[in-house]
Amino acid sequence: MQISARQSTGGTILDVAGDIDLAHSPAMRKALLGEIKEKKTPKVFLNLRNVRYIDSSGIASLVEGLKASRDIGSRLILFALNPTVREVMELSRLQKIFEIYESEEQALAA
Amino acid sequence: MGRRKRGIVGCGVLPETASVLNATVAQTPSPRSRKVPREDSRLRSEHFLTLQLESNPEALCLVRATLERATEVMDFPEEDSRAIVRSVDEALANVIRHAYKGRTGRPIEVHCSRLWKGNDSEHPKGLEILLKDSGAAADPKKFKGRALEEVRPGGLGIHFMKQSMDVVEFQRKSGKNLLRMVKYLAPQKPEAIAQGE
Repeated sequence: MQISARQSTGGTILDVAGDIDLAHSPAMRKALLGEIKEKKTPKVFLNLRNVRYIDSSGIASLVEGLKASRDIGSRLILFALNPTVREVMELSRLQKIFEIYESEEQALAA
Repeated sequence: MGRRKRGIVGCGVLPETASVLNATVAQTPSPRSRKVPREDSRLRSEHFLTLQLESNPEALCLVRATLERATEVMDFPEEDSRAIVRSVDEALANVIRHAYKGRTGRPIEVHCSRLWKGNDSEHPKGLEILLKDSGAAADPKKFKGRALEEVRPGGLGIHFMKQSMDVVEFQRKSGKNLLRMVKYLAPQKPEAIAQGE
């Protein structure tokens, strides 16, 4: 799994690629919480376009990030979920809890 | 006899992880099959694949890749294939995290069998997967999962498995945790068979 950060209007975009599983979810959690809790970035956008797989530990990291962002009044915004990731979000019944957009353009405009 | 080592199945992402997984594939269909005494007595299972891995999170991508291909070969629809891969991945993650408490290098076995009905040896009816580990006894209460209304990290793996598979059974036997999961190839679920014949 690879994570890279780039700046955009009002926040940071984290581009994630690969599998977010038990081996790699700690790295995503660290990157996510670093942006939210340490840098206190007002909007963190998570680009999941190139994520092929996410397991429950990856979902748990996203939930942790969401709670942290709510605690400090910032926003965690997900975009470009492929069908596999969307399926897992639906199984978790979390698709309505997160802010999710189809594209980067839509997410940035939110 | 009748079996051969096929070597290492890799996911092409982390080749250095290859030493954590061995795959043993039945060379030809085993003439011996055993009755499945549970959901439907007319089903018999035929073992075709064993994966031996270490309790290392880096091994999980290799198992997912292997099972994805195995379910494709069995003609599972894509959605069911993803369900099987997801369930086994979550089960293995639970073994590593809870039974082995995050310790690496401990043995885990994944046994895969095709399910057949009667003398039909051309159209499998489902896939039976048995996971074995020698870790701490799993708490059966945790196999109930948790209510999803509460938004919090953790506890989703069991929910995924139960939502994704037709059968999820756990037992502790001879110092080992045994998790059995079954996914039927639609539409031959036990209920349909029982009602239709």
